Amino acid sequence: MEIEAVRGRVSGLSWEQRFGLLLVAGVVVMILDVIRRLAVGELAFTTLSTFLWRGLVDGLLIGLAAVGLSMTYSILRFANFSHGDLVTTGAFTGWTTAWVIGGVGVTDIGTRLLINADGSSSARELDLQIFAEPLAIVGGLIVAAIGTILIALAIDRLVYRRMRTAGGIPLLIASVGVALALRYVIVFFYGERTRGVVRSSPRLEHPAIFWTESIVVHQFVLVVSAVILIVGLHLLLQYTKLGKAMRAMADNRDLALVTGIPTERVILATWVIGAGLTGVAGYLIVLEQETLNFNTGWFLLLLIFAAVILGGIGSIYGAITGGLIIGVADNLMLVWISGDLTRVAAFLLMILILIFRPQGLFGGVETA
Amino acid sequence: MSDEPSDRDDASGEPEDGSPTDGGVDSGDPSADDSLTDRFAALPRWQSDLLLIVATVLGVYVFIAGLGLVTGLGFGGVTRTLRTVTFLAAAYALVVLALNLHWGYTGLFNIGVAGFMAVGAYTMAIATADIDPGATGTPGLGLPVPVGIVLGMVAAGLVGLIVVLPALRIRADYFAIVTLAFAEVIRLLITSGALREFEVLGRELGTGGGAGINFARLDTVVPSWILYRGGTIEQGTNLFGRQLLTVTNALGIERTLVENWLYTLTLVLLVAAVFWLLVRTGNSPFGRVLKAIREDELATKSLGKNTDLVKIKVFVLGCAIMGLAGIVWQGRNGYVDPNAFLPIVTFYIFIALIIGGSGSNTGSVIGAFVFIGLLFEGPPYVQRIVRQNVDLPRPDTVYDGVVALGGLDPLPLLGYVVGQLPNIRFILFGAILIGLMIYRPDGLLGHRNEPASPIDLRRERPPTAGPSSSARADGGESDE
Repeated sequence: MEIEAVRGRVSGLSWEQRFGLLLVAGVVVMILDVIRRLAVGELAFTTLSTFLWRGLVDGLLIGLAAVGLSMTYSILRFANFSHGDLVTTGAFTGWTTAWVIGGVGVTDIGTRLLINADGSSSARELDLQIFAEPLAIVGGLIVAAIGTILIALAIDRLVYRRMRTAGGIPLLIASVGVALALRYVIVFFYGERTRGVVRSSPRLEHPAIFWTESIVVHQFVLVVSAVILIVGLHLLLQYTKLGKAMRAMADNRDLALVTGIPTERVILATWVIGAGLTGVAGYLIVLEQETLNFNTGWFLLLLIFAAVILGGIGSIYGAITGGLIIGVADNLMLVWISGDLTRVAAFLLMILILIFRPQGLFGGVETA
Repeated sequence: MSDEPSDRDDASGEPEDGSPTDGGVDSGDPSADDSLTDRFAALPRWQSDLLLIVATVLGVYVFIAGLGLVTGLGFGGVTRTLRTVTFLAAAYALVVLALNLHWGYTGLFNIGVAGFMAVGAYTMAIATADIDPGATGTPGLGLPVPVGIVLGMVAAGLVGLIVVLPALRIRADYFAIVTLAFAEVIRLLITSGALREFEVLGRELGTGGGAGINFARLDTVVPSWILYRGGTIEQGTNLFGRQLLTVTNALGIERTLVENWLYTLTLVLLVAAVFWLLVRTGNSPFGRVLKAIREDELATKSLGKNTDLVKIKVFVLGCAIMGLAGIVWQGRNGYVDPNAFLPIVTFYIFIALIIGGSGSNTGSVIGAFVFIGLLFEGPPYVQRIVRQNVDLPRPDTVYDGVVALGGLDPLPLLGYVVGQLPNIRFILFGAILIGLMIYRPDGLLGHRNEPASPIDLRRERPPTAGPSSSARADGGESDE
């Protein structure tokens, strides 16, 4: 009887709900397995906490970058394939500044302006890390945001503004063009070489806080900056008219226009906020991984998309949550599968979400 | 999904950019009206398209050869470049045609092209690789090449089926992300160490991981079939091979060059065959449903067409052709590795399609030639020529160039720009893509009406025509 009743209930579910159940079941099984492994001693507690911490770091970075993509997706209504290259733009503009400031008196300006394109210097020579050169690192962070905003606005003026009424697909294709052009403009100036731009982070021995042996200061800076930005964004969107206008525009652009919302100004604000966060994300990604390449952002693009889709397109909190889920999953998957397959898991999850639950995990509340 | 206006009214078939097309438009006899003239009447469009393609190819050739010969690159250098361009353009044309079937005809925005090519090429590779390749190689099944090609196409088609089945109902931009993600999943899987070698039914197999996999060299095997008895050089030349090699020997052309050209020409024939297949498909009732789906899927459904089934069929067919292209293109040297299937390859193919104009088979082929001949191979070619003729300084960074410019010496900056030409072409690709989407979203030929019928509907006919008038009536007055 019981089984019959359950079967009846299951067959009454929609595909979407079945998918949701399956997903929840999968997550529960994974958590149980992690607990089992911890209990048996197959998985050391420090390993798990390292995975989780790295997942948090990666997740915040992806989430920060995903906010911009999510905003442009919902307000301008297209999948912006040049978003990854805005990440790269932030990394290059920011680290150029950090080098220019941090390398005063160490190397000549040509090397600093092109972040060591000629390979004549090194991050070690500049001693570029947060304690030795705090001004350079913070200055770079600010310029990363400003530079990316300016470039994104210029691109919007040159390209997307002329295509406001074009559909999602023409805009998507144009954004692919923007991505290629932007990436190779960067290559034209900075070259194709992958370079180390920042020294490895100093560590603080402080076992009490994060279960791990020591705190990696750069990661700590990164997490603090990301959290401050996210809270600031939350306040901005909740307590100003701008947030409401954005929500209105994401909902229905024509209606927003009729209601007297200055749509072009909202679009401008979208780019400013989105590109600023994206640039910062690009800068911080390099702070963590210590190397920089013209493909840095492009290779992350699909993960950023995964975060946006997971959280539901248009939702900013969703994008951050999605980023965190992707980041933690990408690292935690290492418990079960080898490192070169974690992305496969993330992308498959994204595909499944797009197919079965395109409004995202938390149900299409477009909070803008 | 397509937002272009569907009232394309240019029925003349003339491109706007002044290429010679009016070769045979007026041939035929409009007054007669039996089945023979019907078939003949279909020719002009066909002829004008062929002329357009030939003119484009010749234009690209003349550009390359002229530039090369004038600047003293020599005959050998020019022919080598021409062969590379022909080969790549034919390979691109094959994929672009398949993509045109997906996107141009049916509106399925597939940006996972590289993934389907990878499936084809890797299936072929695993099927035909040696069973016992030695210590460093990756073992395969050791099957004959034709079996491998068929298996590759079937596998690509099947993977296409797996992708399209669940993705039928999702939005066009989601479909794009799903296909791209799927292509990346495929690429990451073949790169992964986990599948480097595995066992199936007691047979050792593998993808070779990042190191790639060696298998039968198509660009040697195919010319051998054409030139030699039994397909192997040991049994001597066959009739055709003997005559061809006698002629080429007399001209002093090396045999490897002949073989290379033979493979390239085989590929060109393959493109012609696929072109023909797709034109026939596009002009069939099935093809009309495709175009109807592109313009308005809901309306097509309302007319009782099973659009899902049609989309599945078309997607699988296109993926199989992409698989074939992966085999004959990336697998020609008997070696594939995952780097040949980066997502950027998909975007190259998109650029070629958009230049030619999505929705036009002729445009697809022209786009492939223009893209490869002028945009892709052009800048490195110009770089080679410039470097051979002018001794420009080659500064390491743009900064050195700018500093020299400040000292009123523009040569270092110029030298840097020339050195960066292979990278600058990507900026050019991006700019072209943006420009096309803003100013000319239909590409060179996408604005044309494609006749949705095997007979020519443009021709004026007396209303009292015999049995053929009924065919015209179902053919639809509005060509698309």
